[in-house]
Amino acid sequence: MSVFAKPAVGWTISKYIVLALYLAFALFPLYWLLKISVTPEKLIYSDGVALWPSEFTLDNFKSVLLYTDFLIYFKNSIFVSFGTAALTTVLAAAAGYAFSRFQFRGKKIIIGIMLITQMFPLLIIIAPIYRIISGMGLLNTLTSLIVVYTAFNVPFATFLMQSFFDGIPKDLEEAAMIDGCTRLQAVRKVVFPLTLPGLAATLGFVFTAAWSELLFAIMLINSNDKMTFPVGLLTFVSKFSVDWGQMMAAGVFALVPSCLFFIFIQRYLVQGLTSGAVKG
Amino acid sequence: MSLTTNKNFAPDQKGQGWKIFKSPKLEPFLYLSPSIILICLVIFVPLVIGISYAFQSISLFRPSDTGWIGFEHFEDIYQDRKFYKSLRNTFWWTFTSVILQFSLGLGLAMLLKAGFKGQKFFQALIFLPWAVPTFLSALTWAWLFNPVIGPLSHWMFALGILDEPYNILADPSIAMYGPIAANVWFGIPFFAITLLAALQSIPDEMYEAAAIDGASKWQVFSKITLPFLAPMIVITVMLRTVWIANFADFIYVMTSGGPANSTQILSTYIFLTAFKKLDFGYASAVSVVLLVLLLIFATLLLKMRQKFVRVN
Repeated sequence: MSVFAKPAVGWTISKYIVLALYLAFALFPLYWLLKISVTPEKLIYSDGVALWPSEFTLDNFKSVLLYTDFLIYFKNSIFVSFGTAALTTVLAAAAGYAFSRFQFRGKKIIIGIMLITQMFPLLIIIAPIYRIISGMGLLNTLTSLIVVYTAFNVPFATFLMQSFFDGIPKDLEEAAMIDGCTRLQAVRKVVFPLTLPGLAATLGFVFTAAWSELLFAIMLINSNDKMTFPVGLLTFVSKFSVDWGQMMAAGVFALVPSCLFFIFIQRYLVQGLTSGAVKG
Repeated sequence: MSLTTNKNFAPDQKGQGWKIFKSPKLEPFLYLSPSIILICLVIFVPLVIGISYAFQSISLFRPSDTGWIGFEHFEDIYQDRKFYKSLRNTFWWTFTSVILQFSLGLGLAMLLKAGFKGQKFFQALIFLPWAVPTFLSALTWAWLFNPVIGPLSHWMFALGILDEPYNILADPSIAMYGPIAANVWFGIPFFAITLLAALQSIPDEMYEAAAIDGASKWQVFSKITLPFLAPMIVITVMLRTVWIANFADFIYVMTSGGPANSTQILSTYIFLTAFKKLDFGYASAVSVVLLVLLLIFATLLLKMRQKFVRVN
């Protein structure tokens, strides 16, 4: 940054120390998860507090892949999370754009409605939702999960998208529209490229939220071939209550898509960081 | 700062496509209606039904005793000691978590904004806790605090924080810090990402102009960065506060509200009332009280936000 062209050496060093502390705090619990998953079962307690396992094994991973329905849960979770993320982002981009660019009657009421959805304990609506979904014959389908997750994620995603749109001067699309573009063309050609970091961030948030949702997934799904990952993990706890190594191995597998997704999203975050989206 | 003001486009300046929407007042609703319809069907209809349970007796232990009972549940809440204890714990849990998450998240966002070598890789790792399923995070943290298989209590003993390496989740006076630690770990990336995105949308020209005028670092932060971030800060803090107050996963998995209700918050109390006592009416009534408290809080914060935006 040109503003901080000549930072003091001491400041730079302490910056890296602080960053290292952040990193250690963020990664240590995940390291511990990984450590337990590669520790042979007989050593889990004796190696309990050692930072490094005295023996190393991949048996836990092998048995998770070979002897459990883990791959099915995995596939279901991928489907539900991508479906939710895509649907939510499209709806939220449209709604966020409306909030950012228009003043209209009823705006405050609609914002209020969206805020209320974020405000009550989910338990209050679990029983009614179960009744409605079963009445529609959608019980035990992944579609029902996508619909419910989307409804719950749209409000926050909308506020997020609105903030991103607010950061893009509307002179840009006004100019395009005066030049003869329709609003849709102006949005697609001018606003959309500038909002890519925002869209990617929204996709990422929604994907991870859907990936880890447990309550509705337990309620609305009861057959093994439709279970999502967190429910599958829960059945691990109840079925193999002693086998922590296997459970942690399954947990490590659950982290893989999230990691890949976040690494993918970094590009857009960094892009936004370097390009200075508002430079007209 | 014209970026944050919202004036409508003058409709008569529009291109051809504009004519599709004869009334400009309808155009925003075209974009909003899919979201609104979905939210009403999936959230509001069930919510109204759920709230109506608060005024009924719906307990699976007393199946013959169902029907409308007016405000009876709320009178019971007024005298319910466990409710007040859970309420106090809810404040403790929520505000400690939010303050730590926010300040650490803002610090991280500022560091990331300044930029450094290897940032792409670093960011991918530092945001990872957000992507971990909460159920899994809760289990992992419960293990970390367990003196038999986790290192934390031994470290705290070595640092003199604990008299002996025992599980803090079993100590009523400090058990709450276990779930709070897990929650802070989980929530820092949220604030870091949203605030970093907001920081990125501040035009570089503003900083360049400030540098030319010889502004100090603190002046740049307090006169440019903070006012620009304020609307985003208020919205994220409000949403997170409300979300955390309702968030039961960590506490439920790590302590189930124990020992001796020392970590019982309203949302875990509701959960236990509904699924252990099977008293859905009372659980709904407590939910309604929590909802009203959170609505009051959100209204106050939004009033504050309007002030900020006006200052801008």
